[in-house]
Amino acid sequence: MQPILVFVEQANGQIKKTSLEAVSEARRQADVIKTEVVALVIAEKADAFIKDAGSYGANKVVAVEGADFKEYLTASYTRATLAVVNSVNPMAVLFSATPNGKDLAASVGAELKISVIQDCISLNYDNGAFVARRPIYAGKSIITVKALKTPVLVTLRPKVFPLGATASQTPSVEKLAVSLTADDKRVKLKEVVQSGQKKMELTEADIIVSGGRGMKAPENFKVIEELAGVLNAAVGASRAAVDSGWRPHTDQVGQTGKTVCPTLYVACGISGAIQHLAGMSSSKCIVAINKDPEAPIFKVANYGVVGDLFEVVPALCTELKKN
Amino acid sequence: MNIITCIKRVPSTETNVRVGSDGKSLETSGVEYILSPFDEIALEESLRVKEKLIAAEQSGVPANVGSDVTAITVGTPDAATTLRTCLAMGADKAVHIKDADAYKRDPFAVASALASVIKTMPYNLILCGKQAVDDDNSQVGAMLARLLNIPFVSLITKLEISGTNALVQREISGGYEVLEVTLPAVLTAQKGLNEPRYPSLKGIMGAKKKPLEEKTATFDSATIETIKMEYPPSRPAGRVVGKGVEAVPELVKLLKEEAKII
Repeated sequence: MQPILVFVEQANGQIKKTSLEAVSEARRQADVIKTEVVALVIAEKADAFIKDAGSYGANKVVAVEGADFKEYLTASYTRATLAVVNSVNPMAVLFSATPNGKDLAASVGAELKISVIQDCISLNYDNGAFVARRPIYAGKSIITVKALKTPVLVTLRPKVFPLGATASQTPSVEKLAVSLTADDKRVKLKEVVQSGQKKMELTEADIIVSGGRGMKAPENFKVIEELAGVLNAAVGASRAAVDSGWRPHTDQVGQTGKTVCPTLYVACGISGAIQHLAGMSSSKCIVAINKDPEAPIFKVANYGVVGDLFEVVPALCTELKKN
Repeated sequence: MNIITCIKRVPSTETNVRVGSDGKSLETSGVEYILSPFDEIALEESLRVKEKLIAAEQSGVPANVGSDVTAITVGTPDAATTLRTCLAMGADKAVHIKDADAYKRDPFAVASALASVIKTMPYNLILCGKQAVDDDNSQVGAMLARLLNIPFVSLITKLEISGTNALVQREISGGYEVLEVTLPAVLTAQKGLNEPRYPSLKGIMGAKKKPLEEKTATFDSATIETIKMEYPPSRPAGRVVGKGVEAVPELVKLLKEEAKII
């Protein structure tokens, strides 16, 4: 049986948690199909990632190493991924639905003449074909799709697929040499700017505290940031807050922003426009704090507090700190 | 400088999605359509690049002759309306790859149809939205770049053209990158790149006289089949814990003991 290949993404020298979720899912699929999991590591030095990939269930790691692969660039990573796909002949290639994972999957798809099943929330192997579910219209609807060609290319939405049990097995390692062409080097990375350790990526955060039009002014977001600090959460915003220039567009949750599914989503001063609800309504638990008892956000909130966020949010911080 | 912007006609973001009678596609009756918001940002950037080049030329810097913005789509016959919107915003011409089944096409089929037509056109830069807001597929741009064998950068939030290079900022998890790209290239637009303009009355009137060319393309067969479309699981009815700060201790208790998430 052909193996399942899973792309392992790294950030700052560490495997991303969402890639461990992808390896875990590959293991579950492989156990059903009775096949092997091969992890694909592309890095300047791959050794640091091999053990982690193995402990979440990879039987084998194929590593493409070198200075050319230090940072993610679409063309070089596509070249490396294609070389490994040709070498291991997988039935499926799993990526995380991160900015780079989606980018790479699509680029590889073009070479294989296969469309990617992007942002999957479930995957099943049924009668010889993969069937996946994925949200569309930012989560207003969910479609079930079937892959008609192999390998199936899928990206898995972060935080949806649980981490598997860790195993102590050491995977076998194969290093594959891949050289780039001049065409692969037409994009040069000049600089990487990280917004600091505290800036958590919304799509990968466990808890999100968001502010909307009710925040009234950019400086008032310090109330939200304080609660986010207490909860170790990422800060989000509604389109109204972003379009008013109070928050950067990267904070926007909704149909023209990010679709998120954290464990806890705290919506402060957000009325709940349909585009916002689409982006956050797959959160496991929603708390809404809003002055207007008629606000649509209360229809989707597990717990609502009707009141002035400038009183309720600080009180919530104090109460949480007490415990 | 010839700039091509790939666009898509999509249901308005205010649409309440309803599943059609076939159980696997959108019920289209009563749905209002718009230019996909990220494509609108891509088109706006194309217009700004052109305007900057014209301004530079007027101030004596020799620019590429004949700066031209073309909006192109793979769309059903009614997508012509959306192309007219692009012309009204300021695009110089539009190309409509007519396809009655456009909404059912795979990303690869769409990308290869676009590539087959774009190959016959002059271009220095191709801009696309990072994704269409209906199928959320985020793949056509990346695929188009591979099919045309030109460089690709997704999710750009800043663009500066200098000669035959572009300097771009690209959004990544927790920050951004600065990249230098040789042109021609495909770039996909992320929110934050610009604020799209509204078409002016003059633009709307002028759009009627601008060329809108119809093209045909052959489509690759689908590699993904939609089996079912459904609504997301409904959430339990909302529950108000209480009013004001008095409700806070109860809220924290519920989050701990009932929801068990903090």
